[in-house]
Amino acid sequence: MTDNIKTDENVIKTNNIKFVQGNEACVEGALYAGINFFAGYPITPSTEIAELLSKRLPEKGGKFIQMEDEIASMCAIIGASLTGHKVMTATSGPGFSLKQEALGYACMAEIPCVVVDVQRGGPSTGNPTHVSQGDIYQARWGTHGDHAIIALTASNHQDVFEITVDAFNLAETYRTPVILLFDEVIGHMREKLVIPEQGKLPIVDRLRTSVKKGVDYHPYLPREDGRLPMSDFGGEHRYNVTGLFHDMWGFPSNNPKVVRELLHHLIDKIDNNAHAITRYKEHYLEGAEYVLISYGSSARSAIHLAKNRRERGEKVGVLELQSIWPFPEALVREKCANAKAVIVVEMNMGQVMKEVKACVDNPSKVFLANRIDNKLITPTNIKTLLRMIQGRGV
Amino acid sequence: MKRTRFVFSGSGGQGVITAAIILAEAAVIYEGMNATQTQSYGAAARGGATKSDVIISDQPIYYPEVNQANILVCLTQEAYINYSSIIRPGGLVLTDSKFVITTKKVDAKQIEVPMYDSVMEKIKKPIVFNICMLGALLGITEFVKPTSVMEVIKSNVPKDFIEMNQNAFELGMELGAQYNH
Repeated sequence: MTDNIKTDENVIKTNNIKFVQGNEACVEGALYAGINFFAGYPITPSTEIAELLSKRLPEKGGKFIQMEDEIASMCAIIGASLTGHKVMTATSGPGFSLKQEALGYACMAEIPCVVVDVQRGGPSTGNPTHVSQGDIYQARWGTHGDHAIIALTASNHQDVFEITVDAFNLAETYRTPVILLFDEVIGHMREKLVIPEQGKLPIVDRLRTSVKKGVDYHPYLPREDGRLPMSDFGGEHRYNVTGLFHDMWGFPSNNPKVVRELLHHLIDKIDNNAHAITRYKEHYLEGAEYVLISYGSSARSAIHLAKNRRERGEKVGVLELQSIWPFPEALVREKCANAKAVIVVEMNMGQVMKEVKACVDNPSKVFLANRIDNKLITPTNIKTLLRMIQGRGV
Repeated sequence: MKRTRFVFSGSGGQGVITAAIILAEAAVIYEGMNATQTQSYGAAARGGATKSDVIISDQPIYYPEVNQANILVCLTQEAYINYSSIIRPGGLVLTDSKFVITTKKVDAKQIEVPMYDSVMEKIKKPIVFNICMLGALLGITEFVKPTSVMEVIKSNVPKDFIEMNQNAFELGMELGAQYNH
């Protein structure tokens, strides 16, 4: 939520204030971050992202392709990223399922890319036009094999914009797919967005190799700082890219040492930087006896309730998670340490609640306030549970 | 302006959702307010029941849906039957006298305005019914400045249709002014 902008009587419209859907805020964030390639297969409730980029990308010289399906869309952005572009695709639950195999390829081959999942009711085609947050674990373990992943989310359009910029930055920094887990309410709701001036938010550009043309380039040989400089595929260097375990030249290898070290590298590069990837917001959290943990649209209801309770002198606060994976264990443990009870507010059967229970000192004080009937959870829904926990009846 | 919650309801094609967006956009872009707009999503583009919630406030808005409305607009009888119970005590229910018979007793001011008939008589195009409704609403109470709404209409409507929309808006303002709230 941005601060209210005070204006005088003769306010003049400025072009950087918009009243938009969350999907459009995501598009604006992607453009700010420098996206120049999008491939997708439109699906409710993410359709506006593809629709808007089909107009905006060609205007700035970028490419938009509507592919034959979600699998091809994922493969197309991987290929485009390898050739040096900043890329994104957008989908919802069913399409996200289809992207999982290629998502694993992007993890293995270390291809920077951003995948937006505007969550709707599931499983299967579920409920296209209604809200859910049921893809938390699909984002984590949708693709097979040991791997690490980054998944981010946001609860208002200013944050959707900024977290989208962040997603592109983290994808480039760690050479990894980054998932943006929005939901139908965030995607479709309209509210204010103020687009920052260029240069106000940091942008991470592609780290390219300094190896000269004609000199051997090792695509998977890390620098001293652990990062892997890339060479635009089809450009100055010839190299191999594969989903198989591979050596520093990118060629397949089943040497146990190579396999072990690569898997460690894929996981460590993200897990060891969990503190740097963790993103969150605190609302009324100071001295809170009851800590609500939430994210995405359900966080709006949690914050609404906390504000309301604080006005009545009750010590209720909200820890809003903006990064879901890697799960911010240390943060959650710290913020819940002094809580009488922790209530996880989400619209699924407790996917984040299970993670919270796993990292707090006393899992028995963690409760779930959820709603799984297509409807945005209301502040009253949360209040009902809070009062039961407080022993005050409903 | 303190927090005001609006519900616009009617039938697909009447433009209730467009009107809701225009009002909220005017508040955000021209008056420095915060606003949220949500709507029921479904196959209602032509004929089904539609509803849009708008909250306008000078404070941050978190929960974006409206369970109790200060202002309720109903452009069909079905919408009136379904939503008249959500009006806050002391609120305002605006209905179109051609489409709605106000049969419910509610603790709020109910205003029936012949918006549709006036649009058909003076402008002869039902497409601007929603803009006339927005004019009537602002004629009753100036939630946002009429000039702000006209600016939004100008930036969203094809050039050749601006005048027709302006006429419908002013017609609504005149109708609404008779019921100053």
